[in-house]
Amino acid sequence: MRLPAREQAELAGQRLYHFHGGLRLRHNKEVSCRSPLRRSRLPPRLYVPLLQHAGEPASALVVPGQLVLKGEAIARFEQPVAGFLHAPTSGSIAAIARHAISHPSGQEGLAVIIRPDGRDQWCALQPVVDWQTAEPITLRQKIGEAGIVGLGGAVFPTSAKLSDAHDKTIHTLIINGAECEPWISCDEMLMREQAARVIAGAAILQRATEARQTLIAIEDQMGEAGERLQAALDAFQANSRHDGRNASGQEQIRMVKVTTIYPEGGERQLIQVLTGLEVPAGQRPTDLGLLCQNVATAAAVADAILEGKPLVERVVTITGSGVHQPANLLALLGTPISDLIEQCGGYRQDAARLLLGGPMMGYALSSDANPMIKAANCVLVLNHADIAAEHPELPCIRCGECARVCPSILLPQQLQWDIRNGLLADASAHGLDACIECGCCDFVCPSQIPLTQWFRFGKAQWQQQLQEQSAATLARQRFEARELRLAAADQQRQQKLAQKRQSLKERRSRQPGDET
Amino acid sequence: MTRRFDTGFAPHIPARASVASVMRQVLYALIPGVLAHCWYFGPGVLLQILLASLFAVGLEAAMLRLRRRPVLQGLQDFSALVTAVLFALCLPPLAPWWIALTGMFFAIVIAKHLYGGLGHNVFNPAMVGYVVVLICFPQSMTQWLPAAAPGSWSVGLWDSIASVLSGGPPATLQWDAISQATPLDTLRTGVNSGMTVDEIRAAPVFGDFGGLGWEWIANWYALGGLWLLWRRIISWQVPVTMIGSVVLLGLLAYFADPGSNPSPMQHVFSGALVLGAFFIATDPVSGCASNRGRLVFGAGVGILTLVIRRWGGYPDGVAFAVLMMNMAAPLIDRYTVPRCYGK
Repeated sequence: MRLPAREQAELAGQRLYHFHGGLRLRHNKEVSCRSPLRRSRLPPRLYVPLLQHAGEPASALVVPGQLVLKGEAIARFEQPVAGFLHAPTSGSIAAIARHAISHPSGQEGLAVIIRPDGRDQWCALQPVVDWQTAEPITLRQKIGEAGIVGLGGAVFPTSAKLSDAHDKTIHTLIINGAECEPWISCDEMLMREQAARVIAGAAILQRATEARQTLIAIEDQMGEAGERLQAALDAFQANSRHDGRNASGQEQIRMVKVTTIYPEGGERQLIQVLTGLEVPAGQRPTDLGLLCQNVATAAAVADAILEGKPLVERVVTITGSGVHQPANLLALLGTPISDLIEQCGGYRQDAARLLLGGPMMGYALSSDANPMIKAANCVLVLNHADIAAEHPELPCIRCGECARVCPSILLPQQLQWDIRNGLLADASAHGLDACIECGCCDFVCPSQIPLTQWFRFGKAQWQQQLQEQSAATLARQRFEARELRLAAADQQRQQKLAQKRQSLKERRSRQPGDET
Repeated sequence: MTRRFDTGFAPHIPARASVASVMRQVLYALIPGVLAHCWYFGPGVLLQILLASLFAVGLEAAMLRLRRRPVLQGLQDFSALVTAVLFALCLPPLAPWWIALTGMFFAIVIAKHLYGGLGHNVFNPAMVGYVVVLICFPQSMTQWLPAAAPGSWSVGLWDSIASVLSGGPPATLQWDAISQATPLDTLRTGVNSGMTVDEIRAAPVFGDFGGLGWEWIANWYALGGLWLLWRRIISWQVPVTMIGSVVLLGLLAYFADPGSNPSPMQHVFSGALVLGAFFIATDPVSGCASNRGRLVFGAGVGILTLVIRRWGGYPDGVAFAVLMMNMAAPLIDRYTVPRCYGK
């Protein structure tokens, strides 16, 4: 018997399910996990882009020449919720100027350029003293002030997500450590080397959302990371029992190992694996009582609450066949990528493409002057052999491989056909919006059709068409209302005129009588 | 200091599969069936494959050139060869050369390129070619040789070549002396003249459960087909529903009237049913796209094949059934769009 969705969602993690399609990719993670996580050196300049989260660019709160301390707010954004960007180190503001900003569009944008003073001195930090007893709203506010955004890639402000979750009374918090894309190992290394931070962050997030249980989902191939995480979890729980502070339900944190299959780390796919449920179209996981947060976000939350530190650095994987010594670095936001690559032994001779993110969903950067941003989980350098297509693009032979691997159960071949022929409404009816752009269909297409690229194009076109349509509808409604208004006014005038004429006539017919 | 890079779009690791490798694997999968075919019917089959392939490649090259497409690249996808081999396997071993030429002309030029080339053909090209020659050259298309073990073939290699090139029967022989109706043909004529199936099956063209020789060829095709399934070149839906619907319907008919209906085994193991189920109806281009659509498509081909075999004007109906379902495929696709995530 099938339970109602929300009730079934409450059983999250009790047994594992499958999502449709997906790929088993060669994950190449081990190359960047050989050396321990280390802190990146302080570069001569930091370039902090004002746009590095969903929404509009932030506006700078500092002026050139001004001295700042590490962690001081340097910019404020209003959309989608108010929040801050912070100085990643102490120093002076060199300029606020256009610079490469690691944006997917490849365009330049404003960046706060900081000249570090080398002391890396924190401003006064205000941790939340006793978070176990703090009000959830206090925690959420503090997380918002710390400028924390989803570090899994969505870069949506975490505090907004938490408020939404709290409003909808979620029951389960899912900490997503299923980092499924090849090459990327920053979350795995974080869990391996800073497990306690992750666990503390998970517990804080649970309190901030008042969820009943927390599931930390990791991949079954992350051997050591899993062990260390479990050990940290046991230690944490022993500690909180010792303190007698398990009233907020920290007992309910569990680790769940999920099978490694791409794109399992996608929010909607992970939810399907843990609950067997699909998030209904047009709804969010919170509507099922679930909230997903990335492990790196959890670690950042721990820093913000326990130490009062805003988000100024993150773990980033520097890897790929085009880098000499792949590694994971704890890098300050704004560090130029060239600097990170240098610390990893520099480029190999045949380095051909520089990516931010993984090989399936990451985007290519045109130069290594682009800086570290909050969303950057991986800097991947691929060589010619990796990216070279062996075959030319051919027409679709409708083999259906794309449909077999699609995690959104779409018919990519059909969508591609619709979009190519400008049938955007058909594409939308065939579920274009459900596409998560994971690239699985591209990867298996024997005709080498750039399907994902078509879908991105189709989505943009469809949005534009919808906007134009609604603008046209609005214009038509205004015009019709105006016509109606004018017609009514005209009619009124006619009526008045007729009345006047009538009364004039009556008066005239009376007047001669009066005279006689 | 700063290093610049060329950009590109995600995903950045290209697909390793190719149309050519798909087509090549289909050709490999046909090898056991082709060898079995040779075993029972002699070297004529290989001659037909050779001829059809030559014509197909020549016509494909000419059409690509006419349509100003890269010729070498077009030939390297092996799709014309697959069409040629599937077509040739349907021909009697001694069919004269112009049959292969006519068939390939209609398959490659008309059914494939005039509809837009690879990926755009509405109909299965091999079946279009086959149906055209079946209708145009009914006499030649029924001149099958009796199945025999190697060494006791009635026509040798040189006689076969001479016969195919001249269009006449092998030297010193008459068509009547060497050709033989196929099992399905025999069955059809027999039933029409009022014989019971048991009486008909006493004829030497029948084997243990299908046609003599044919049943074993079908097995070897099935083996190749299973390999394709295992390699995930084809999906299970079409073969299963096509053979399944034939077995089911055949069983019903057999129970209803065993005198005039052969057993379902007879249906499955004669004619082109197994070849069709694994290699022809599974053609993705002219078939259905979704899994549910494929279920309907396969069942449709199976049912129509049986209907044609029982009531139609031709002994076997696979080719016609496939073409009819090709016509229905876009409509089926329209009604079998899968429910996408979250809806």
